[in-house]
Amino acid sequence: MNNLLRRSIFPIYANSLKLSCRSFADVPIKEKIDNIVKNNKVVVFMKGVPDAPRCGFSNAVVQIMRMHAVTYDSHDVLSDEDLRQGIKDYSNWPTIPQVFINGEFVGGCDIMLQMHQSGELIEELKKVGIKSALLTAEESKKEEVK
Amino acid sequence: MVYTEAYLKEKLTKDLDAVHVEVTDDSDGCGAKFSVLIVSDKFQGKPLLARHRLVNTVLQEELKSIHAFTQKTLTVEQWNAQKS
Repeated sequence: MNNLLRRSIFPIYANSLKLSCRSFADVPIKEKIDNIVKNNKVVVFMKGVPDAPRCGFSNAVVQIMRMHAVTYDSHDVLSDEDLRQGIKDYSNWPTIPQVFINGEFVGGCDIMLQMHQSGELIEELKKVGIKSALLTAEESKKEEVK
Repeated sequence: MVYTEAYLKEKLTKDLDAVHVEVTDDSDGCGAKFSVLIVSDKFQGKPLLARHRLVNTVLQEELKSIHAFTQKTLTVEQWNAQKS
């Protein structure tokens, strides 16, 4: 009797388990991204790696970061298909690269470039306690003039 | 789907009430690489990210097949200041 019961219940149980697994299938990538962007002040999702970007837009972001001497965490979407789609869904932004500061999506290449040109990037970095190398350079120039 | 400069220009002008739109096809004709300049007062009071999100929403379908997309979003005031 017990055996019979178990046998008849088990398929239902197994089925519902499978279902719940499927509906949670996209949770891990979202959680993973959540952790990535919250654990680092500056995060760049890009094509390739900083030493070898594999797209001109990603390269532009790397160059901007280099100019400001920002240390950042970078993730190559070309080596992780889940991440490539997952990051677009996460930030509701259709393109790569994507830059996060303090867990907040800041923008892609165009926005970074314009923030760099307007000086806004220096301010945003300052807010999270990062001093841009461009600011340091500017200050030492002023020192010299004095 | 391959999009043309003229198609994108018309759509952006209409959907964003833009007073000036420049679309450049940077792709040598494959239709997957564009840069755009959009001047519209719909951008008034919106930070850069919100402006770009607005444009992305208008071109939601198109951006699925446009591989590279560069945008500049100005208000009429900013556009005039830049011209002078």
